Amino acid sequence: MIKVENLRKRYGASTVVDDVTMTVERGRFAVIVGTSGSGKSTLLRMINRLVEPDAGRVLIDGKDTRDEPAHLLRRRIGYAIQGHGLFPHRTVAENIATVPHLLGWSEARIRPRIEELLHAFQLDPAGYAHKFPHQLSGGQQQRVGVARALAAEPAVLLMDEPFGALDPIIRGKAQDDLLAIQRRFGTTIVLVTHDMDEAFRLGDRVAVMSHGRMLQYDRPAALLTRPADPLVARMTGIADRALRLLSLTGAGELATPGAADGPEIPAAASLRDALSELLWRGASAGRVMREDGTVQGQLTIAAIIAHGKPA
Amino acid sequence: MSLRPANLLRAATLALLAGFLLWPQRFAPLFAPLTQYGAPPIYDQGDLLQLTLAHLATVCIAAVASTLVAVGLGIFVTRPSGAEFLPLSRALVNVGQTFPPVAVLAVAVPMVGFGEKPTLIALFAYGLLPIFENTMVGLQTCNRELLEAASGMGMSARQRLLGVELPIAMPLILEGVRLSLVINIGTATIGSTVAAKGLGEVIIAGLLSNNTAFILQGGLVTGLMAVLLYDAVGMLERRICKSAHPA
Ligand SMILES: Nc1ncnc2c1ncn2[C@@H]1O[C@H](COP(=O)(O)OP(=O)(O)O)[C@@H](O)[C@H]1O
Ligand SMILES: [Mg+2]
Repeated sequence: MIKVENLRKRYGASTVVDDVTMTVERGRFAVIVGTSGSGKSTLLRMINRLVEPDAGRVLIDGKDTRDEPAHLLRRRIGYAIQGHGLFPHRTVAENIATVPHLLGWSEARIRPRIEELLHAFQLDPAGYAHKFPHQLSGGQQQRVGVARALAAEPAVLLMDEPFGALDPIIRGKAQDDLLAIQRRFGTTIVLVTHDMDEAFRLGDRVAVMSHGRMLQYDRPAALLTRPADPLVARMTGIADRALRLLSLTGAGELATPGAADGPEIPAAASLRDALSELLWRGASAGRVMREDGTVQGQLTIAAIIAHGKPA
Repeated sequence: MSLRPANLLRAATLALLAGFLLWPQRFAPLFAPLTQYGAPPIYDQGDLLQLTLAHLATVCIAAVASTLVAVGLGIFVTRPSGAEFLPLSRALVNVGQTFPPVAVLAVAVPMVGFGEKPTLIALFAYGLLPIFENTMVGLQTCNRELLEAASGMGMSARQRLLGVELPIAMPLILEGVRLSLVINIGTATIGSTVAAKGLGEVIIAGLLSNNTAFILQGGLVTGLMAVLLYDAVGMLERRICKSAHPA
């Protein structure tokens, strides 16, 4: 669990992070979103002490982060940044082994860990372990960057616009992979982005920042239905907020059991995608299909519409 | 090593130099047309091989000293604690390069006497600049993202320097060493004016006795050594840095 308490950072006359408090429960995914220059990176970097705060403190699992030397703290916290920051003179395997080496793991422990991670990120160890970063595609480099951040099994992973350099299709895939990885390893993640869609897609909780202040830190749906500040409503999008709300719920959650007909809708699809599909087919209802191919139930446009307004 | 043209040329140059140094008299017919009144066509006032080795040794000792000092200084002024010494160090090193080596000799002889010492001092000062500048540029241009990643993963300042910054700056540093070496192979010939053992002796003997063959022999051996050394450091550089630089 990460507890950020009244953190503040000044550069010269400007307060870049202004009295920010937030808690990320163990195993949760928090996203910090805001415009460029709003202080997101500075806030994130105060968690692993790449930046030392002027006031306030950070607790990880109840321990003040200032209780140990900064570089030792950082070895326990994964850190991945935009453009991956892979070492060009080291192979993929050596890059991933960076923190385990710093921690003095034995080769016998490091090797299987590298293989496990490469498999988890869909990179065949035989083909990729001994490649150099410049021999990989942008998407592969980014995956190795995240694998490296996770190498020493950190309980906490900090990510600063990790997908910023990827094109939209690869980015979508990278986001899905990250969610799968998080579920698999149970990592607590804090991710910084300026992309609201990314924030809504990834975050259990989303923090909206502007000019160093945290305007609201809440579940994504609550940001839409109960914005704490007009700026939050503007930043999360007023014109398409109903659709955004629909995108937060899966079709499976709204399906009513029983007889069903109409076009097939995967249970994992969002209500937004389900609505789009029904509109496209000119149907007023569809069949929600489980992943194993069985029918879960009926989903009507009326039910979706009812879900698209704030409770 | 494959038999590519570059390797053949390399081997031929080395063979030529070695052949001349080991059996100089065999080359006498080649140089004879350059001499007059029956003067010796091949340098005969000392052993060419020994002079060459002494020359090489002087240059290498000076290069090791220049490299240690220049790289050390380059590292120091690119650390936060040394940043304020950057302009001063730059100025000093530049003086070392612009001050003519002959003048350094003139200043050094009264202090340390004749022989190898003043030559070493002159070569050391003259060789600092290329290595220092390249070390600094190499360290300064190290991608910020990379440094942040290194710190973010928990490397100490020292681990970051040794594990990331220096390896990435290495090609440029070696390039500086290479440049410095080649310049000094030539410059070292002036050491003979203050009685240091070296190929300058051959050239000076030629000048004094008006023997063009001697002058040419001193110049050629020096030149071939410079070419071979330049090539050797280049090979080392490519071997060390193969991975860091996309082919
Ligand atoms: N080391 C620094 N020195 C001075 N100003 C800084 C420094 N780091 C960040 N800033 C300033 O702080 C503000 C917030 O920066 P940052 O946290 O990087 O924002 P974001 O990640 O949201 O784009 C910016 O105006 C930036 O220029
Ligand atoms: Mg940023």
